[in-house]
Amino acid sequence: MTLHVLSVLVEDKPGVLARVSSMFARRGFNIHSLAVGPSAEPGNSTMTVVVDAAEIEQVVKQLRKLINTIKITELDPAESVEREVMLVRVAADASLRGELLDAASVFKAKAVDVGATSVTFEMVGTPSKVNDFLELIRPYGLIDVVKSGWIALARDSKTRNLRAIS
Amino acid sequence: MKITVAEALIKALEFEGVEVMFGHPGGAILPAYDPLYDSPIRHILARHEQGAGHMAEGYAQATGKVGVVIATSGPGATNLVTPLANAYMDSVPIVAITGQVPTHAIGNDAFQEAHTWGISMPATKHNYLVTDPADIPDVIHEAFHLAGSGRPGPVLVDLPKNILNTEIEWHQPTGKVDLPGYKPNTKGHPLQIRAAVDLILAAERPVLYAGGGIVAAGAHAELLALAEKANLPVTTTLMARGAFPDHHPLSLGMPGMHGLYAAITAIQKSDLLIAIGARFDDRVTGDPAAFAPHAKVIHADIDPSEIGKVRTPDVPIVGDARTVLGQLIGKLDRTLDGAPAPDHAGWLETIREWQRDKVVHYQQDPAGPIKPQFVVEELYRITGGQAIVVAGVGQHQMWASQLWKYTKPRTWINSGGLGTMGYAIPAAIGAKVGMPDELVYAIDGDGCFQMTMQELTTASTEGVPVKIAVLNNNNLGMVRQWQRLFYNERFSATELTNHTPDYVKLAEAMGCVGLRAEHPSEVGPVIEKSLTINDQPVISEFRVDPDEMVFPMVPAGGSNDDVAMSLEDLK
Ligand SMILES: Cc1ncc(C[n+]2csc(CCOP(=O)(O)OP(=O)(O)O)c2C)c(N)n1
Ligand SMILES: [Mg+2]
Repeated sequence: MTLHVLSVLVEDKPGVLARVSSMFARRGFNIHSLAVGPSAEPGNSTMTVVVDAAEIEQVVKQLRKLINTIKITELDPAESVEREVMLVRVAADASLRGELLDAASVFKAKAVDVGATSVTFEMVGTPSKVNDFLELIRPYGLIDVVKSGWIALARDSKTRNLRAIS
Repeated sequence: MKITVAEALIKALEFEGVEVMFGHPGGAILPAYDPLYDSPIRHILARHEQGAGHMAEGYAQATGKVGVVIATSGPGATNLVTPLANAYMDSVPIVAITGQVPTHAIGNDAFQEAHTWGISMPATKHNYLVTDPADIPDVIHEAFHLAGSGRPGPVLVDLPKNILNTEIEWHQPTGKVDLPGYKPNTKGHPLQIRAAVDLILAAERPVLYAGGGIVAAGAHAELLALAEKANLPVTTTLMARGAFPDHHPLSLGMPGMHGLYAAITAIQKSDLLIAIGARFDDRVTGDPAAFAPHAKVIHADIDPSEIGKVRTPDVPIVGDARTVLGQLIGKLDRTLDGAPAPDHAGWLETIREWQRDKVVHYQQDPAGPIKPQFVVEELYRITGGQAIVVAGVGQHQMWASQLWKYTKPRTWINSGGLGTMGYAIPAAIGAKVGMPDELVYAIDGDGCFQMTMQELTTASTEGVPVKIAVLNNNNLGMVRQWQRLFYNERFSATELTNHTPDYVKLAEAMGCVGLRAEHPSEVGPVIEKSLTINDQPVISEFRVDPDEMVFPMVPAGGSNDDVAMSLEDLK
C-alpha cells in the first residue's frame, strides 16, 4: 500500500474537521492519519491527511468539493519534510533500562519519564523512523503508545499543486 | 435601524427575491413566523415538513429558481432529511431554514433539540449553524448563492431561537460572497474542447449522453444545436427528460435499466460517448465494466468529482453544460470551416431499425382490465402533451417517462437519484405554485400517494389546483415486479389490499374532486373531466392491471447488452 500525503488548507470554521471526516466516512475512504492545526494565515487551518494511493484522485476531488476547503497540495515525499511525534511507554525494570536507553539514543528518542517498571520515550522523526523504533522496542512489552499523525511541509518552492482536472 | 434577526431573515429572503416559501411552524422558529405575517412572501402551510421540502424542490425544478422551505427544530428539521437528501442527489437548488433551541441549551438534550447541523451535513451541499446574529444577512445571501450556482443543491441554515430574537443593526447584504474555497469553473479548457471536437469528428458511432446538468444549466438549445450540427443521436437520462425533444429524429429517449432498447444499445455499440451533465449512475450503466465497452468517453460536468468517479474519460472537461456546449459548437464550426460534419447515415439507420423493431409494447383489451400504460398514453393524447408531468417512484414513474414525448425542459419532474416514494403530490404542488398558468399533472402510484397524501389538504386549502392521476394497481408494483422476477413470485408485503383507501371519498374529504375509472372506456372521459375542473385539485383514480411489468429491463448490476423486452427474455 502506497500512502499519499495531502496538505489541505481549510477555513478555520466550526465543524470543518467534522465535514472532512464525515466526507471520508460517507465515501468509504480510509484515512491513514489526519492532523490539524492553525496555518500561517490567520483564519485558516492546515490539515495533513494521509490516504491510500488507490483513492487519491477521488479523495482530492471530494475534499475540494467541500465549501470550506481552500487549497490542496499533494506532497511528494522526496520534496517535503514529514514528521510524526510519538510517546511510548514500555515495560522495563532496572535490568532492562540500559539496553532500552541505548536503543533510544540510536533513534534520537528521549526518555521523558522513568518509573520502577516502565520507561516513557518521546520521539520526533519521519513516520518510518518512528515506526522502526516502535518495532524495535515492541518485544519489551508496550504499555501505551500515542502518535500525533503525520505532519508535513513541502521543501522550499517545490510544491506540486494537485488541482482538479480542468 | 435596529431589527431582530428574525426580521432581518425575512428581509434578507425578500432581498433574494423569494416569492413563496413552504413550511410548517413550531416553537423554535416562531420568531421568524411573526415578521413573515407582514411580508409579501407567500407562505404555503404544508401538512408535513417532508411535503414542504418536496414542494420547494418541485417549485425549483419547475421554475429554475431556488426553492425555500422553513421548519422548526427537532422533529421539524428531521422531517426535512428526505427532501434534503433528495435535492442533494438530484442537484435541486433549495434553501432550508430551520429553528434551533437557544444557543445556551444546545447540547443539553433540550426539548425539540436535534443536531440538525450534523444530521443534515451529508445531505446538503453546505450548511450553517448561525451563532453570530450579525451574520444573518450575509449567510442568507451565501446560502442562495451556493444553492443556485455551480452544481446546484440544498443548503440549510439552522437558527437558534435566541439568535432569532437578538436585535441587530440591519445592513443590506453586500451582494458579495467571500468563499475562498468555492469558485466553480464554468468554462471548459480550450485544449480539452479541441480534443473533444477531434474525437467527435473522428467518431463513427457517436452518442450524446445528456444528463440533468443540461436542464440545470438551461443548455437545451445548445444541446439541440450541437446534435444537429454534428448529427449526433441523443439519449436523455431520467433527470434530463425534456432536455432534448423526444420527437426529434436524433432522439433516442431514456437509457438505463428501464430505458428504450435503441438508447441502451446505441450506447453499447457506440465508439464515442459524449456525456454532458451526466454522472454514469448505476441505473444507467448497469455493470459499469460492461458499459459502452468500445466507446471513448468525453465527460463534461461542472462538478470535477463526477469526472472519473465511475468511468475514466478520454477527454475530461470541467465546466457548465451550456458554456461547454457553446464552446464545442464554436470549435466545431471553426474546425469544419464550412465543410459538412460526418452524417453518420449508416449509424443513424441502424438505430432507426432498433427503434422500429424493439418498441415498448402492451395490449389494451377493450374489455379490461385497464392497462397502466394506456392511462399514460391517454393522458398524453388528451392533454396534447401540454403539461408539466410529475411522477412518484415505481412502475408508474417509468411508464410516465417512457410513454410521454417530452419536448421542453422542466416539464418532467421526478425523484431520480434517491427514488423517493411520495415525491409526486408535494412536488406537483410546488411546481403549480411556481407555474400557476401551466397544467400540472402528477402521475402517481397508489403506494406513493399514500406516503404524502396529507398534502392534498395543502393543495385544496392553499388554492393550488393540481391534477393527480393515481395508477392504482393495488400494489407496490415495482417491488412486486422484482418479487415476480427474482423471488419466485413470493409477494411478501407488497399488496396494498382491497383498494383501500377509497380514493374518491378521500379526495372529497381533503377538499379535492375525486374521479374514478374502472373500465378502459372510462379512462378518456375521466381525463377529460379532470381537465374541466380548474378551481380545485382533482384526483383521478385508475384501477389498473396489477400484473403489468415494466419493460425493457436490464436486471440490476447486469450488462446492458442483455436487454429484456418481455418476461420471456428473462427466463
Ligand atoms: C420512501 C421509499 N420507500 C420504499 C421504496 C422502495 N420502493 C420503490 S418502488 C416501490 C413501490 C411503489 O409503489 P406505487 O407507488 O404503488 O408504484 P407502482 O410501482 O405500483 O407503480 C417501493 C416500495 C422507495 N423507493 N421509497
Ligand atoms: Mg402501485
